[in-house]
Amino acid sequence: MQLIECPWCGPREEAEFSYGGQAHVPYPADPSALSDEEWAHYVFFRDNTAGVWAERWMHATACRRWFNAVRDTRTHAFLATYRPGDPSPDLTAAGTGAGRG
Amino acid sequence: MSTAPATGVPEHPALLWRNPDPKPSYDVVIVGGGGHGLATAHYLAKNHGITNVAVLEKGWLAGGNMARNTTLIRSNYLWDESAAIYEHSLKLWETLEEDLDYPILFSQRGVLNLAHTLQDVRDSVRRVGANVLNGVDAEWVDTAGVAELCPIVNTSPDIRYPVLGATYQPRAGIAKHDYVAWGLARRADEAGIDLIQDCEVLGFTTDGDRVTGVRTSRGDIACGTLALCAAGRTSTLTDELGFRVPLQSHPLQALVSELLEPVHPTVVMSNAVHVYVSQAHKGELVMGAGVDSYNGYGQRGSFHIVERQMAAAVELFPVFARAHVLRTWGGVVDVTPDASPIVGRTPYENVYLNCGWGTGGFKATPGVGWCLAHTIATGEPHPYNAPFTLDRFVTGRLVDEHGAAAVAH
Repeated sequence: MQLIECPWCGPREEAEFSYGGQAHVPYPADPSALSDEEWAHYVFFRDNTAGVWAERWMHATACRRWFNAVRDTRTHAFLATYRPGDPSPDLTAAGTGAGRG
Repeated sequence: MSTAPATGVPEHPALLWRNPDPKPSYDVVIVGGGGHGLATAHYLAKNHGITNVAVLEKGWLAGGNMARNTTLIRSNYLWDESAAIYEHSLKLWETLEEDLDYPILFSQRGVLNLAHTLQDVRDSVRRVGANVLNGVDAEWVDTAGVAELCPIVNTSPDIRYPVLGATYQPRAGIAKHDYVAWGLARRADEAGIDLIQDCEVLGFTTDGDRVTGVRTSRGDIACGTLALCAAGRTSTLTDELGFRVPLQSHPLQALVSELLEPVHPTVVMSNAVHVYVSQAHKGELVMGAGVDSYNGYGQRGSFHIVERQMAAAVELFPVFARAHVLRTWGGVVDVTPDASPIVGRTPYENVYLNCGWGTGGFKATPGVGWCLAHTIATGEPHPYNAPFTLDRFVTGRLVDEHGAAAVAH
């Protein structure tokens, strides 16, 4: 089974984690100013990258804390994990097939 | 040939389709040579007389999800919009073999959707009622009825998730997915449609709100109308076109056992225990479950998903405990927020979208081909695909089949 590096607990089996989709999608700064279309895009539309992107995971069976990961969706390889609030690693430098960052 | 080492083997069968080079221009270009793209091509020719058409496939014909699905065909969806298009599709399945003049091994052996909890029972009985009102054959059967229809299901009350009954759709069944693709391809080819394999779409040329052509690994191809039938790869195309679609591409896995004597007379699906099983004509047990949780384009998934689905299968079918897994595989499925497809217009005047079928697109193959061909030919959506617009995510007019569709997605 694939190991995922929890930023608090260390490497654990994938089955301990639950998935949260695309990372770094901010809540609208001025929600009441949004049009229906802008709301639809906030609620329903996410990137669907074939390649390296940032996504959210939660360590469901242990610390139950959310964190972010950079992963290549073509190979499913994790390139980095980091705590919320930490800056996302430079995705363009992450490259492919580099293993754990 | 007579001196070749293979002297004495039968002649190679007649090729079912040509393998042409792309022409510079077509009236209609369909991106994606899977079941939906081929069915669309077939019905463009058959129903509308439109044959200056190319189907572009980046790999080999029908080698994506059309080669990887578990071949279940049913129409017992809860909502009116879904029941209409899937029932239309099921009716086409019932005559597709004659239409294609090609065997597709369509076997209407029925599907049981098991209920394991009181809430399952309530939801199932409600869905049977909705199905009957929509002209879809459906009935509620109790535990004894399940045992009668499929004797190998464990109907003991002493298991973790006892079988309290099931919905039954007798007209549901399975078909031989490769034969379906080959039959559609042959018909489209006979009509003069070019099926172009090993032709990856790399980008588009546009003029205002029209797409004028496709840039491919085999050169530029001009198009009058463009239709996207690329399933899990749709987002990579719409990203190039510059508009967003609410899709997430996930791995979906399936597996087969070795060949066994006929033991399983129908199709069984369980939402709560989460597995679906049928037995193919050759004898292998064919099983699937839910998607892997994460986004993935790798056409493979995580092993624990396979392990859980086999645990569920053995719980429901103790006789499977001594069967062996022959092969597991994965495809890439495009899932929408409401678990319903998107078929229709895009921000471009001459581009039509067919995507978001998620885990259930195979059963829709003839139905969506029929409706998308109508949409392309007339410029207006067919009544059966009219509800499945891209802008329903803005208007809020969702067709929420999550859970309602008799299986988790």
